[in-house]
Amino acid sequence: MAYDWLKGVADEYDVIVIGSGLGGLTGANALAKAGHRVLLVEHHYQFGGLATWFTRKGGHIFDISLHGFPSGMIKSCRRYWTKEISDAIVQLKDIRFVNPQMDVWTTFTREDYTRVLVDQFKLQRTEVEAFYDYLRAMNYYDNNPETTGQMLNRFFPGRPDVHRLLMEPISYANGSNFDDPAITFGIVFSNFMGAGVYTFRGGSDDLIDKMVVELKKNGVEMRKKVLVDKILVEERDGKKVACGIVAGNGRVIRAKAVLSNANIKNTIFRLAGEENFPVDFIEQARAVRINSSSCQVYFGIRKGESIPHIGDLVFTSAAPQYSNEELTHFHTTSRTFSVYYPDTRPGSDRYTVVASLNGLYPDWKSLSEDDYEAHKLRMIEESLVALEKFIPGVRDKIDWKEAATPRTIERYTTHLNGTSFGTKFEGLPVSMHLSEKLPGLFHAGSVGIIMSGWLGTINYGIITANKVDKYLFALKQGAPASTPV
Amino acid sequence: MTKDECKQVVLDIIADIAPDEDLSNVKPEVRLRDQLQLDSMDFLDIVMELRKRHSIEVPEADYQHLASLDSCAEYLTPKFIAIAAKG
Repeated sequence: MAYDWLKGVADEYDVIVIGSGLGGLTGANALAKAGHRVLLVEHHYQFGGLATWFTRKGGHIFDISLHGFPSGMIKSCRRYWTKEISDAIVQLKDIRFVNPQMDVWTTFTREDYTRVLVDQFKLQRTEVEAFYDYLRAMNYYDNNPETTGQMLNRFFPGRPDVHRLLMEPISYANGSNFDDPAITFGIVFSNFMGAGVYTFRGGSDDLIDKMVVELKKNGVEMRKKVLVDKILVEERDGKKVACGIVAGNGRVIRAKAVLSNANIKNTIFRLAGEENFPVDFIEQARAVRINSSSCQVYFGIRKGESIPHIGDLVFTSAAPQYSNEELTHFHTTSRTFSVYYPDTRPGSDRYTVVASLNGLYPDWKSLSEDDYEAHKLRMIEESLVALEKFIPGVRDKIDWKEAATPRTIERYTTHLNGTSFGTKFEGLPVSMHLSEKLPGLFHAGSVGIIMSGWLGTINYGIITANKVDKYLFALKQGAPASTPV
Repeated sequence: MTKDECKQVVLDIIADIAPDEDLSNVKPEVRLRDQLQLDSMDFLDIVMELRKRHSIEVPEADYQHLASLDSCAEYLTPKFIAIAAKG
């Protein structure tokens, strides 16, 4: 008989959290600290969602998405996790952009980025400051129809080089492009454009280990390898409410509320079932576009070898100009190298390089198995050739090469269409209003682009935990169960 | 509960959610955001703590009343009194 990964789990909780991305982990922690009994289930054999890592022969540890989050993470980790976790956040000081239009080396702090725009790109300091100020004043509820492309044109007309410098890092951070609402650029850019770019010293494995310790300390029951089959929905006084889960093995576990950290479309269509929502809401949810995804190529440097410091994050491209199409093209030449030096993991003497590329799920999904393997090899070779321009001879120092695609992300996260960036902007209201449409069901996850990335997802976990807490409080007080609009 | 006691309740919560802030000179009439490093997430935390510690629910539409210590006291003191009366 198969091992029961739910062995010892109670039959009823206050809250069940589905999925252990940073939003799920942070939401679970906040709810446990608020005094609720919390069960967290994750289908993968590791907690963390896309905040993850894997190990390979030769002593390699590859981080998937660790490098490059905003300084706001320090405060959020201090507040919602521990001082130990926030104290391990360190700045990445060398951010580079190398493409036919520019060769830029910056700390990505406001001061230094302004220097680049003024000295290298010959912009007026006042226009740069005006741009920053405009971004800072943006609110997501303003309903401004302007796109990022239009906004960049308005501030910096006829300067595709400036547009590229501004857009490219954000595209890698949240999968947005010139066609998305300007707010999706504004919020994320403003988050970064304060105190620079950060990472976690100790690696993703250390971060998730520390979070799991904290969650257990706060009483969260945590289970891996548990795929949720269905969210349990029942009628109470003629109204449908979410009241638990049905696990893959058929086990029913009840809860007063369910917080889904699964993709929003998975949550509605696969887990809860569209029959449990109003028709107009289902139409709205169906119209939500899944965002693009990513590919990665992992290079492990042989033990004993070293590589020179070429920067921490190196944005590269052979494309003459930035375009949405080129960036996500199956044969894109645009990729970012995240370079992990030994100080990533104190005490280690190892180097790894991870190339990240934007990608589209349909391009990879349609391939035969043979073609799939062949194109992974092609992507590895192309990335290696590009890396050799920065580190001549690096090929001979590499003893592990591997590629991941949107199909890999689909397999490990179950995200619809293997997305690494959640949904486009219209996913945000669907996620935020979910509990009004099916009381008891809440969502925290990568939606609307602005809730993507490490900081967005942690904070969204808290925002949703607050809603869940409010709902549970109202149940306890005997008030109507639905959340008022 | 007096208004001064109410202000102290809010200050106690801020001390916990923003442990690095110096709260010794907070001016009651000035917006908290203008004198402390508080953002919208901090106000969400204040709301959660009011619910957890004092069973007080602040609807989203009323978040504006938490802007300064004075406005907090005006808004929250009657709620504290109502809860005490119920208990």
